[in-house]
Amino acid sequence: MLATLAGAFGAVPWLQRSAMATPATVAAAMRDIVGDAKLQPGRVKLDLPPIAENGNAVAVSVRVESPMTAADHVRSIHLFAEGNPLPNVANFQLGPRAGRAVVATRMRLATSQKVIAVAQLSDGTWWTDSAEIFVTLAACTEG
Amino acid sequence: MAGTLINVPPRAKKGEVIEVKILISHPMESGQRHDESGRVVPRFIINRLVCAYNGEEVFRADLFPAIAANPFLSFCTVATESGTLDFSWTDDAGKVQTASARIEVDG
Repeated sequence: MLATLAGAFGAVPWLQRSAMATPATVAAAMRDIVGDAKLQPGRVKLDLPPIAENGNAVAVSVRVESPMTAADHVRSIHLFAEGNPLPNVANFQLGPRAGRAVVATRMRLATSQKVIAVAQLSDGTWWTDSAEIFVTLAACTEG
Repeated sequence: MAGTLINVPPRAKKGEVIEVKILISHPMESGQRHDESGRVVPRFIINRLVCAYNGEEVFRADLFPAIAANPFLSFCTVATESGTLDFSWTDDAGKVQTASARIEVDG
């Protein structure tokens, strides 16, 4: 109940105790993976509900437009969260044998925030998409 | 570990793109929670999962504490030949667990 109330106001007590990721720490985490390459919008589709009632398990999927051939495929897909204690969510490595560049998982969201997906193609280019999500009940760190 | 669900179509046509799903029973303790005495509950998660199709790696995931408890992952792969999809995952203690699923490919 407390968590629900606190979540509705966009903050829960533990948020003040834990260092949260910020857009700057997310940018740093992304730089660790992307390097100096240019991150272009497009080709990636991040699918996230606009509202999550329960931040403990939010379905997320990423689809990348690609023929997935030996010559032209998606090498990796990466997920980041701006408002979680840690910026990284998951890194996926795939290749032409995937056939279709789609991955899905369930993630924790500590608060309403922006989630970012990036993908690297076999030609070395990087593409990105992001989505804002409103979290009613945050993924809680209490008991 | 008990409680691993793998969903791979039992039959597929050669060249067909199939969806693979896996759900593993695991607390994915984030290392962010505190117990009643205020101590941090140590992080304990599955940090890596690899899927090999007849011995060749087709998918790899590096996971962080932001992945929900009882991690669910889904991805695609091309049904190339009959055989097995072998999953192996590693937790923070370095323990490796495995599970596999059989697929029959026609044509």
